[in-house]
Amino acid sequence: MTGALMERRVGEVVESTSTSFVAQCYQLEGAPALGGLVRTDSPDIYGVVGSVTTEPLDSARPVLARGEDAVSEEDVIRDNPQLARLLTSRFEVYIAGHVEDGVIHQYLPPRPPRVHSFVYTCDPEETARFTGEFDLLRLLLNSGANHSDEIVGACIRQAAPSHDQPAEFLALACRALAVELSADVARLNSILRRVAP
Amino acid sequence: MTNSHETNGVGREPERGQPLGMVIEGSVANGVEVRLDPGVSVEQVKVGTFVTLQGANNRFFGVVTDVGLGSTDPRMKYTPLPADDPFVIQALQGTVAFGTISVLPQLTMPDVLGDDQGPAAAKSIPSHFSRAFTASQEDVETVFGSEEDGNFWIGNPLDMETKLCLDLGELVKRSMGVFGKSGTGKTFLTRLLLTGIVQSGQASSLIFDMHSEYGWQGQDTDKGGMVKGLKQLFGSKVSTFTLDEEHSRRRGLSTDETVHLGFNHIEPEDVELLRESLNLSDVAASAAYNLREKYGEESWLKEFLDAGRNGSLLELAEELQVNAGALRALYNRMQRFTRHGFMVEHSRVDTAAQMIEHLERGQHVVLEFGRYGDDEAAYILVSNLLTRRIHRKYVEAKESAMGGAGKEPRPLVIVIEEAHKFLNSSVASQTIFGIIARELRKYNVTLMVIDQRPSGIDSEVLSQVGTRFCCLLDNERDIDAVLSGTSGSRALRSVLSRLEAKQQALVFGHALPLPVVVRIRDYGPAFYETIQGGGDSEEEKKRKVDELFGG
Repeated sequence: MTGALMERRVGEVVESTSTSFVAQCYQLEGAPALGGLVRTDSPDIYGVVGSVTTEPLDSARPVLARGEDAVSEEDVIRDNPQLARLLTSRFEVYIAGHVEDGVIHQYLPPRPPRVHSFVYTCDPEETARFTGEFDLLRLLLNSGANHSDEIVGACIRQAAPSHDQPAEFLALACRALAVELSADVARLNSILRRVAP
Repeated sequence: MTNSHETNGVGREPERGQPLGMVIEGSVANGVEVRLDPGVSVEQVKVGTFVTLQGANNRFFGVVTDVGLGSTDPRMKYTPLPADDPFVIQALQGTVAFGTISVLPQLTMPDVLGDDQGPAAAKSIPSHFSRAFTASQEDVETVFGSEEDGNFWIGNPLDMETKLCLDLGELVKRSMGVFGKSGTGKTFLTRLLLTGIVQSGQASSLIFDMHSEYGWQGQDTDKGGMVKGLKQLFGSKVSTFTLDEEHSRRRGLSTDETVHLGFNHIEPEDVELLRESLNLSDVAASAAYNLREKYGEESWLKEFLDAGRNGSLLELAEELQVNAGALRALYNRMQRFTRHGFMVEHSRVDTAAQMIEHLERGQHVVLEFGRYGDDEAAYILVSNLLTRRIHRKYVEAKESAMGGAGKEPRPLVIVIEEAHKFLNSSVASQTIFGIIARELRKYNVTLMVIDQRPSGIDSEVLSQVGTRFCCLLDNERDIDAVLSGTSGSRALRSVLSRLEAKQQALVFGHALPLPVVVRIRDYGPAFYETIQGGGDSEEEKKRKVDELFGG
C-alpha cells in the first residue's frame, strides 16, 4: 500500500447495511467533513459522510466536564491524556455507488461493505471522477436521513473545488437537482440556497 | 434496413434548423405541445413561426400557434423564490420552469429530398419525444415552392430570410380576398399581387380602381410620396380607362380611354342593387322593372326621366299602378345620379366591349374613378354594369369553347374594393359579383375582393373565396367571418389578432399548403428593378407566340 493511500485511511467499518455504514475513526475527531466523499476497498464502495458522532466508548460512563480550572481547551486535553482512549469518533456514510470492473455505478452495490473494511477519503481527482454523474443526488435525497437536504448541499459544495471548472459543475449539479426535485420547488430552493456560491 | 433515411441512396437528408425541444403531448385536433430545451428561451420563438417535427417515421411541418410557460410543480407560483439570484434562476429555468410551444402539424414532408413525393396534408401527429426544429430555408422552399420554379415572391415568413412564394396559377383559379383594417397595407399588398399577375401572364385583370391607386401611380401615406402603378411598370401591357377625364388631366396623367355610359346601359337590376346607397324603398326600386316593361330595355330610363321633367309622373304612376311617392323618389334619385359627368343620354360606344378587346389581347385594364371614387353609388353602378357585360361575353366564349367552336377565354381576375357593398347578404344574390363568386371558376372569371369589413360580406360568397390575405383585423365579427370554414380557425385566430399593423398578413387557403404569416416585401425601387429587368415570364412569352402563330 502506498504511503499516500495510508495517509487517507481514516477509519474502519464497524456497522454496515445495504444503504449506509458506520465507520470508527482511528483518531479522535479524525472524521471527514460532512458531505465528503469516502470509499471502502474490497469491494470499492463510495459514500457520502452524513453525520459524525464523538461519544464515550462505554455508554455507561458519560463524559464529564473537566475544564473548570483550565486556562484553555488545549490544557484540558493535555491534563487528561486518558480521554483519547475513553472517547471515540464515528461517522455514518450513505452509500452513493460503487465501482465494478472499473466502471462507476451510482446505485447501491449488491452487498454492503464488510465490517472492518478500511475507509479512505477521496482525493480531488477521484472525487471529480466519481461526481461526474449526478445519480448519487437521488440516493442521497432518498437516504431517509432527517437532514438529507443538508447532506446533498454539503456534498455538492465539497465536490465542486475538485473539478476543473467549479462554477460549471455547480450549475450542472443544480440543474440535475432541479430535475430530481421538480415536484417540490420549495425544497429545491432551500437546497439551492445552501449551494449558491 | 432499419433506418428509413437510408432507403434512397441518391436522396440526402434535409438540412435541419435550430433544435427547439421535444413533443410531450398533443392530438390531431389541437396540435402538439413541445417542451422547449433548457437553452431555448420562449422569447426566441414567435407565434406563426414554422417548425419541423422529426417523428419516428415521418417528418412534419407545422406552425407555432401558441407559446406558453409551464412548470413541473403547480405550487411554484406560490413559492417565494429569489428572483434576483441568477444562480437559483439558472437552475430552475428549463428544468422546473420551462417554455412550451403549441405546434399545429400541417403537412408531412418527404423524408428524403429528391423524392418525387411532395408534402402531403398531415393526418397524424409525431410520437412522444419527437424532436422539434425551426424550419430551415430548404423546408420552406419544399413547402411553398421557390422563385426559380416560376412562383411569385410576396414576402418572407416571420423571422426568416427565406423568400415565400405563391403559385399565381393556382391563386387566380379561385377568387381571392384581401382583408384588413384601414391603413394595414391592403392596397400595397393588392398592388404587389397585381404586379405578380401581370408579370406572370397567368390571367388578365380588370381593376375597378376606386381611389386611382393602381393605374399610373399610388400614394404612400406612411413615407409620403408616390409609388409606381401598374401602367408605369408595365407600359403597354396595361390600359387605363377613366370615368373622369378632367381629374386625370389635373393630375397630369394621360389615360388610354375615357368611359361614357349611356342611360340605355342601365338596367332595373342596377337600380335594385343601388337601393341601399340611394336610400330607395323596395317599391321604388321595383318600379324600375315596370318602367322597363312599358318603355323597353333600351330607353326606359330616358323616357322615365323625360316623363319626370314633363311633370307627368302622376299619370305614369297611375298607369303602372305603382305608388306615386315611390315613383317620385325613384325619379329624384335617378335624376341626381344621371347628372354625373360620365353619364350620357345615349352611348353607342360599348365600353364593356372595348375592355374585353383589351383583355383578350392579354392586356390588363385599370378603370380609374377619379372624383367619382368617393361616390359609392357610382362605383357600384359602374363596376356592376361593366362586369355584367364582360361576364356575359365570357360565358358565351366559354360555352362556345366547350362546344369546340372557339378559343378558351383567357382567365380574368376582377378586382373590386369595398366589396361588402356589392356582396352583402341582401344584394349578393343579385349582383354579378355574387354570381361570379359563387359559380367560381367555371367561366374563367374570378374575383379579388378588397375589404375592411369582411363581416359585411355574404357568408356564402365568403366561403367561395379561395385564398385569403388577412392583414390586421381587430373586430371580432370580422375575424370570425374571415376564418369561417377554415380548419384550425381557433389557432389562426390568435395568430391573426397578433399581426403587426403594417406589412404583415396571414395568408391561407387554396393557393397555399398551409396558413402562413408573411412580412410583405417592400414595394419600392428595389421591387421595380426586378419587374423591369424581368420582362415577360417564360409562360407569357410562350402565350404570345401561341397567340401570334395560332399554336
